[in-house]
Amino acid sequence: MSMAIPYTVEPRPDTGLNNVKIGIWLFLASEVMLFGGLFAGYIILRVGSTDWQPGSAFGLSVPLAFTNTLVLITSSVTMVMAWASLIRKDFSKYRLYMGITVLCGLGFMVIKYIEYTSKFSHGYYPSTHIFLALYFTLTGLHGIHVIAGMGYNAYLWGPGAKMWETAPEQFTNRVEASGLFWHFVDLVWIFLFPVLYLL
Amino acid sequence: MSHHDIDIDKTVRTYMMVFAALIVGTILTVGASYIHLPTGPAIALALLIASAKGSLVVLFFMHLIDEKKFIYWLMGLAVVFFIFELTVPLITEMNNIDLGS
Repeated sequence: MSMAIPYTVEPRPDTGLNNVKIGIWLFLASEVMLFGGLFAGYIILRVGSTDWQPGSAFGLSVPLAFTNTLVLITSSVTMVMAWASLIRKDFSKYRLYMGITVLCGLGFMVIKYIEYTSKFSHGYYPSTHIFLALYFTLTGLHGIHVIAGMGYNAYLWGPGAKMWETAPEQFTNRVEASGLFWHFVDLVWIFLFPVLYLL
Repeated sequence: MSHHDIDIDKTVRTYMMVFAALIVGTILTVGASYIHLPTGPAIALALLIASAKGSLVVLFFMHLIDEKKFIYWLMGLAVVFFIFELTVPLITEMNNIDLGS
């Protein structure tokens, strides 16, 4: 006997939303708290430090971070276009846009790898200075989110896409939920970029 | 937003406009950092642009503009606690803050 998970497609009568959407928004609310705590840590350590140095003092590259911002923004657009393609029932376009989204995530991480190795080669580690501790913590946690989102998007591009044939509406909901997470990752970077690289 | 009541062509046009606005916002963010404002105004300007960009992402890419009340309440609560999280350390460190330099 198989048991179907309720409200994966149809809305719940009490909230007017399916459980997928409620679940992902609840998760994002907890993520707001997680990054909020770290931003609070940034504020308290920045204003409390007697030896604060900006990112430029450690050779943080604005052009690289600017490129990464453009890469993530582009990936957000391709993510919504992947979802829009499913609404239009154009699966090949979905594959194309989702593939670009995953590649953008990969591009972001490659640039991050270049940045990290550059810092390490100059002897800059989290223990070197309070700014670097914040930089590695914030960008490291964000990077983990990028990898997680990229991994799930790659699954939805590849093996997970089989669901399109059997349950297209449920699959569209999954892509939308994954998109919500991906946009949140973009949103966090929009704030990390000026805070770490420009101020 | 239900999948059944979407004007997808209009939605895609909105995505493209938001994309253009985000690119412009990113260029403005970097451009503003070269003006060499004092710390206080520089932080305020950078966070203002970032907030505008973030709002576009949340409202249009995350479809919050068309969401049900339940999501508004949920995220409203998260934002209240987020502000609380940021305000508490600011209050405790008020004596150390010098944004004039």
